[in-house]
Amino acid sequence: MPMVGLETNKDGVSPPLWLLAELTYKCPLQCPYCSNPLEIAKYKDEISTEDWVRVMQQARKMGATQMGFSGGEPLVRQDLEELIQEARHLGYYTNLITSGVGMDEARVKRFKDAGLDHIQISFQASNEELNNFLGGTKSFEHKKEMARIVKKYDYPMVLNIVIHRKNIDQMRDILDMTVELNADYVELASTQYYGWSRINVDQLLPTREQLVKAEKIAMEYQEKLKGKSKIIYVIPDYYEKRPKPCMNGWGAIFLTITPDGTALPCHEAGQLPIEFPNVKDLSIQEIWNDSPGFNHFRGFDWMKEPCRSCPEKEKDFGGCRCQAFMMTGDAANADPVCDKSPHHQALLDDVERIGKIAAKEKNMDVKEQPLIFRNMKNSKKILKGESKAELV
Amino acid sequence: MDINKTDIPEVAPSFRLQWEEVQDCYVVLYPEGMVKLSGSAGEIMKRINGKLSINVIIKELETTFPENKLEDDVIKFLEVAYANGWIRNK
Repeated sequence: MPMVGLETNKDGVSPPLWLLAELTYKCPLQCPYCSNPLEIAKYKDEISTEDWVRVMQQARKMGATQMGFSGGEPLVRQDLEELIQEARHLGYYTNLITSGVGMDEARVKRFKDAGLDHIQISFQASNEELNNFLGGTKSFEHKKEMARIVKKYDYPMVLNIVIHRKNIDQMRDILDMTVELNADYVELASTQYYGWSRINVDQLLPTREQLVKAEKIAMEYQEKLKGKSKIIYVIPDYYEKRPKPCMNGWGAIFLTITPDGTALPCHEAGQLPIEFPNVKDLSIQEIWNDSPGFNHFRGFDWMKEPCRSCPEKEKDFGGCRCQAFMMTGDAANADPVCDKSPHHQALLDDVERIGKIAAKEKNMDVKEQPLIFRNMKNSKKILKGESKAELV
Repeated sequence: MDINKTDIPEVAPSFRLQWEEVQDCYVVLYPEGMVKLSGSAGEIMKRINGKLSINVIIKELETTFPENKLEDDVIKFLEVAYANGWIRNK
């Protein structure tokens, strides 16, 4: 989610600019790379329309300008139109981030009347078979139809395709599809390995060879479509030597609210051993400015070596706290993507190990391991502590 | 691109120009992003409304800020605005 031209937060607390509302974790799709937490089945109580309206008012008053309605599938919420109308009325630029499943023309028209600014539709692949397989539902033709209707109602349209080993070789077909559907922006979002994609990483991480090929094609289309469609392609950070400036810094511009009202500095942060506040107990101002959770990794004092003395710390803030936690057990460590991290070699070893699996798959030496799909049934099993084999 | 001063620019449909009290500046909003405008850029953008030609906009600005010769700066900014797709000709 690029915020171009923004000054990043150095040490003082600047106001939130991005409010991401994860309205629900209910979703008709089951994508095995979903960025939602593995514990989605735990979130039974969703906060009310009134709670959301209060949150939007408070964040807007602090200066937030971008509002994302996401999920799960936000279309599941029956009060979505009402929330959009309120958000637009408050002066937010309103973004609907959807699979398109649960949408029809009448609803797109209602969104327009409510003042929605932009719709982003996700595709799983460029063909029906793989799209429907990855989503775990028959949705491909419907998505295409929805993309046409979004354009008919004159919305700027972002098509988002999560890229991984199963679809990366379709890069050319995927981009042709986005051209056919007249996308204004195309996000080729390399899978980030958190939540569901983390437990499926052995099956999802592309090889370096695949990446190089796909990147070349993406660059060719970027050049070809200049002025017509903007293509954003970020390679998976496992192949980088420096970490991403995750969320532009902790508690710097992003504020995520989960379906039960928990406030997070990023939608993955719930997995960290840190207590985060709930909008039912505190105002957004209290949460953003004063809560220990939001101040935990602000500034630079929390850093350890090699970050603490690193000349690049103001550029990348030491990378991603969740990635550091997942791979090293301590969220205050350097993101192991960084080749200055003492844990970087372990990441390289892991990438190499996965590369061997991919090569064996390609040569048909091994049967492809099944993916673990994101659904409530699997989530309940994970909560009960059942093993990976039992999830499939 | 060549800018014709009789052109009448408007803010492109997927972008929105808005005054932000907290930021104390005009911003351009677009899908999932925002650009903060400097004071002078804001003065130019707020006059882009699909009704005024570039000539008229320059004249208006030179009336409001008579101490400056502004034409070159305005054209330079408009080039950036067209190139980013924030504005288009009506």
